[in-house]
Amino acid sequence: MDTLTWTGTAGTILLPVLQVAALALLLALVAKLLFALAGLDGPRLPGPDGATTARSPGEMASIAIRYCFFAALAAVFFMLAAGAVMPTPVEAGIMGAMAVRFWPVWAALVVTYVVSIRFRRKLGLYGKLFDSTVGMIGFAIVMFWVFTAIFADVIVTQDAFAQLTGLKNKPPGIAAPDSPYGWYLLGGDHLARDVFSRMVLGAREVLKIAPAATLFAFMVGITLGLPAGYFGGKLDTLISFLANLVLAFPVILLFYLLVTPEIMATGIPIVLAAILFIFPIIFLCVLWNSRFYTDPMKRNIYVGITLVIGLWAYSGLAFNMDPLGVWSMQPNMLNVFVSVVFVNSPGVFRIVRGLVMDIKARDYVAAGQTRGEGPWYIMLWEILPNARGPLIVDFCLRIGYTTILLGTLGFFGLGVSPDSPDWGSTIDDGRKLLNLFPHPALAPALALMSLVLGLNLLADGLREESLKD
Amino acid sequence: MGLFVLRRLGVMLLTALALTFVVFYLTNLPPNLEKLARTEGSVRMTDQAVQDWIAQNGHSGSVFLRYGQWLGVVPGWTYTDEKGDTRGRCFEIGQDAAAAPTYCGLLQGNWGYSTFFKKPVADSLGEKLAATGWLMLAVMLVMVPASLILGVLSGMKEGSATDRTLSTFSIASTATPEYVSGVVLVALFATAATGISPLLAEYGLIEPKKTLFLASATSAMEDITFWNFTLPVLTIALYGIGYIARMTRASMTEVMTQQYIRTARLKGVPFRSVVVKHALRNALIAPFTVIMLQFPWLLNGVVIVESLFNYKGFGWTLVQAASNNDIPLLLACSVVAVVVVLLTQLISDIGYVFLNPRIRLA
Repeated sequence: MDTLTWTGTAGTILLPVLQVAALALLLALVAKLLFALAGLDGPRLPGPDGATTARSPGEMASIAIRYCFFAALAAVFFMLAAGAVMPTPVEAGIMGAMAVRFWPVWAALVVTYVVSIRFRRKLGLYGKLFDSTVGMIGFAIVMFWVFTAIFADVIVTQDAFAQLTGLKNKPPGIAAPDSPYGWYLLGGDHLARDVFSRMVLGAREVLKIAPAATLFAFMVGITLGLPAGYFGGKLDTLISFLANLVLAFPVILLFYLLVTPEIMATGIPIVLAAILFIFPIIFLCVLWNSRFYTDPMKRNIYVGITLVIGLWAYSGLAFNMDPLGVWSMQPNMLNVFVSVVFVNSPGVFRIVRGLVMDIKARDYVAAGQTRGEGPWYIMLWEILPNARGPLIVDFCLRIGYTTILLGTLGFFGLGVSPDSPDWGSTIDDGRKLLNLFPHPALAPALALMSLVLGLNLLADGLREESLKD
Repeated sequence: MGLFVLRRLGVMLLTALALTFVVFYLTNLPPNLEKLARTEGSVRMTDQAVQDWIAQNGHSGSVFLRYGQWLGVVPGWTYTDEKGDTRGRCFEIGQDAAAAPTYCGLLQGNWGYSTFFKKPVADSLGEKLAATGWLMLAVMLVMVPASLILGVLSGMKEGSATDRTLSTFSIASTATPEYVSGVVLVALFATAATGISPLLAEYGLIEPKKTLFLASATSAMEDITFWNFTLPVLTIALYGIGYIARMTRASMTEVMTQQYIRTARLKGVPFRSVVVKHALRNALIAPFTVIMLQFPWLLNGVVIVESLFNYKGFGWTLVQAASNNDIPLLLACSVVAVVVVLLTQLISDIGYVFLNPRIRLA
């Protein structure tokens, strides 16, 4: 079996096209910058006699930039598409073969976009996202990794933990006769495992923790931030002091102190989990209680359901004592999860507190107070829904930040098991031989970067669209 | 103003005490002390021997008292064994116990003895901090001008093509943590296998088998050159540039919508001079705060980059202290980190008041 090339057969034509387009794009960008600095840039204005003047050099450069960009994009697209229709990976090349492996992701993405764009007028803020190009690109990148995490078992070319002899640190596209697929698409790592499969499974590891941890941090931040901002006073001073305390800690130092095997022996993670995991239950109970206070029957049902499910999950997640064994978390995972929630919560607290202090001066809050609404009803059902725009944006940004934090933990080898395929650990494994074999570290690094970039772009799009309201 | 600074200093002191206590508590947990006993004493000690070692070396008793000793407000421990030899916190074995000072903690300038470097913490930490100081200086010299220029250029005309391009760059840079950009930069510039170094070698611009930049900054400890220092500096700076640029852009776009800018434009002042003379000074107030508050993040970056490029500075020391269970060294590192963070917060608050005369503090 042959070693795969990056672009396969189609590359013989498309690769030169891509190179020319990229070079031209670079030249055009430099030219645009020079023209802009030289003052030769400007819109096309009618001259004094009414006739249109020629385009300015800067504008010509802009047009060149646009076409070169589209040409490069088209070359890459056709490379992927050509790979997808080629019969074997040898003709498809590495890029084409990867595009084929990701087929469930493409299918799911197409379905998501078609359905969403079709019904976008009925979907609220989510639908409006499809009015913004930046938001759409960000959402596509994020959903790409979400679907990758979901369909990881179909996408991987082989067992991510299997080590095949003779493939140690081999470059991308190397033939692997012992592998069921036949090739290591992105090469082998320092233990002769498949980099591509590990990168795909890493998406699952990351997306299992990051959104959930962010959600918990939001629950904690909202539950504490609402009363701190609304009541103010001593309560506010105390919680703010504690929040500033955590924020003043350099994150890495905190991780080095909190995520160690020794700490797990002392039971501190369990105490922290016991404190942090109770907040969602408190939040939901107060939420239902304040809403259905006048309708005790309904209130009892909602609060009862929340308490039963909440405490059931709580006993399993925090103390690993779920009687039915449904909810459980490995001690390692619990430690990482709790630390990440702990680091994130004060930030959320500060944002919520600021928003509440801003909103509570509005007229509709005063109206609610005059109607005799309780403070918790006002906080949870008047103020919180009106603070949702900035909070949703921050949620997206914070998932990205949490992903970075998880990567940092992996990078320092803290908390996760040594052969875990998560991106941070894989980068850490790869960096020891970085200047000889960069590929094992590069694949997860680019994956992590693209996910965080997608989340940032999504947040930007959401911010733009929610400001239009 | 004086009262404000005093109150801030008070809160700062309280925060510093609370934070160092948390670090002290977490580093002096029983499992850590047992590990210390086994590395300092012998690996094969029985559990009873470990407990004895802990008790005889001043690690037992209330954590508050031990914290007080470390701080220097509680008399240091002493222990006399069955042979009549006295050991203590404030003196070496064999020295006269009566002549030794009673208090010896942080306040007396005693930072403890590093078990990793095998020398007093204060000596080793000083030289490491100097190394990191150079790194920070270089990062600031790159990051601050670059991000301010980017931010002002994109905030000058909101929504223009320049703005969109530069904003995308800023977003991309904030989305790239140091360990990712470090890996990518090394792969691009510092390996003979991939990136542009093989190309340059082929064209004869650099010697064959050499790389454009060096992937290890260890040699920069003695001699900082462009070759060995570019990549670490760039890696830290890149992550910060995006954030500061976005803040500068936000501040700049806000200033550009002000009445006095419109007045100046309508008066016929050229756009360039409006930006430079009227807008810039007001637009740079907010970024100043942001730059000062970037220090805690820079500290993170320093730890990652120093590990990645093997530059033996403060961040590298922190990692070594933590992974080798060197309690005094880790405590000293955290004191430095906490002081840096709190001081920069204070400076940013005071600086903000100076820069923005509209804010008056009682």
